[in-house]
Amino acid sequence: MKGMIGRKVGMTQVFDDKGNVVPVTVIEAGPCYVTQIRTAERDGYTAVQLGFGSVKPQRISKGELGHLQKKGLQALEVLREFRVKASDMANLSEGAEIKCDVFSKGDYVDVIGTSKGRGFAGGIKRHHFNRQPKSHGQSDRERAPGSVGMREFPGRTLKGKRMAGRMGNDRVTVQNLEVVVVDAEKNLLAIKGSVPGARGGVVIIRPAIKKTAR
Amino acid sequence: MSNTNELMKALAMPAHNHPQVAAGDTVKVHVRIVEGDKERIQVFQGIVIRVRGGGNEANFTVRRIASHSIGVERTFLIHSPRIDKIEIVRRSKVRRAQLYYLRDVRGKAARLKERRG
Repeated sequence: MKGMIGRKVGMTQVFDDKGNVVPVTVIEAGPCYVTQIRTAERDGYTAVQLGFGSVKPQRISKGELGHLQKKGLQALEVLREFRVKASDMANLSEGAEIKCDVFSKGDYVDVIGTSKGRGFAGGIKRHHFNRQPKSHGQSDRERAPGSVGMREFPGRTLKGKRMAGRMGNDRVTVQNLEVVVVDAEKNLLAIKGSVPGARGGVVIIRPAIKKTAR
Repeated sequence: MSNTNELMKALAMPAHNHPQVAAGDTVKVHVRIVEGDKERIQVFQGIVIRVRGGGNEANFTVRRIASHSIGVERTFLIHSPRIDKIEIVRRSKVRRAQLYYLRDVRGKAARLKERRG
């Protein structure tokens, strides 16, 4: 079972063995706990529910607290489910601890986070529209979206037309990032490149779906 | 959440034993250069015009006057394994942390007073 819940710590750079600089995102990954195992017989699918992050017991709902206490666990802040093949979770038991050494250096992972919210953003920022001319008799139109439709036919703006609106604060997956450092003692992972969300944001790390380790 | 800074520091690079460089120092930086499968060491000597912190990203810039009195500046990452050795040739008394004014002066005006003791 490979998968972790973590918290983005920030970005820095490290040196690889050739002396090249590698930009990395540091993630405080785990320790995670197996809070539930879903089996094909009982639930119709196989998955592992992991929990991460210690909180005061009064900060989570009584239902969640009871669910965790039943497994002999302390209060955990985040619970997330990972779809896992039955063969990959044979040796897991509820309540078990998972550390970030399930990943090793050179693995490729997908990282899922919640992007930073940009509020109500215009078309240029949100959809990479082009700016209109600053001069030639124009005024106040530099960042305007331009035409949003055709003529009397169809006589309406098409559904799904890209316009200004709320941007960010979405679930974003970044695929095929390389694991550069694994520190199981300090529960740290360093992953090459950037990761969605602000520092302190919760991220999910899973093995890359499209790319496997060299 | 634990202290962010502490967690970042946990990732710090293995300690090097380069001397502490400061603005105004004249240094010889021995750089490892890999060409194909051969490795050699090149020395870059000049005056440190700035030192920047930032953990793993800490760096310093060395300025030297190359042939035809062309100024050449090179920035080195202090923690880089490509830096073999740093020798301090001379330390100067300077009154600012960034010696950018050296770019605009040449000859006698670009001298620095040696720091004693």
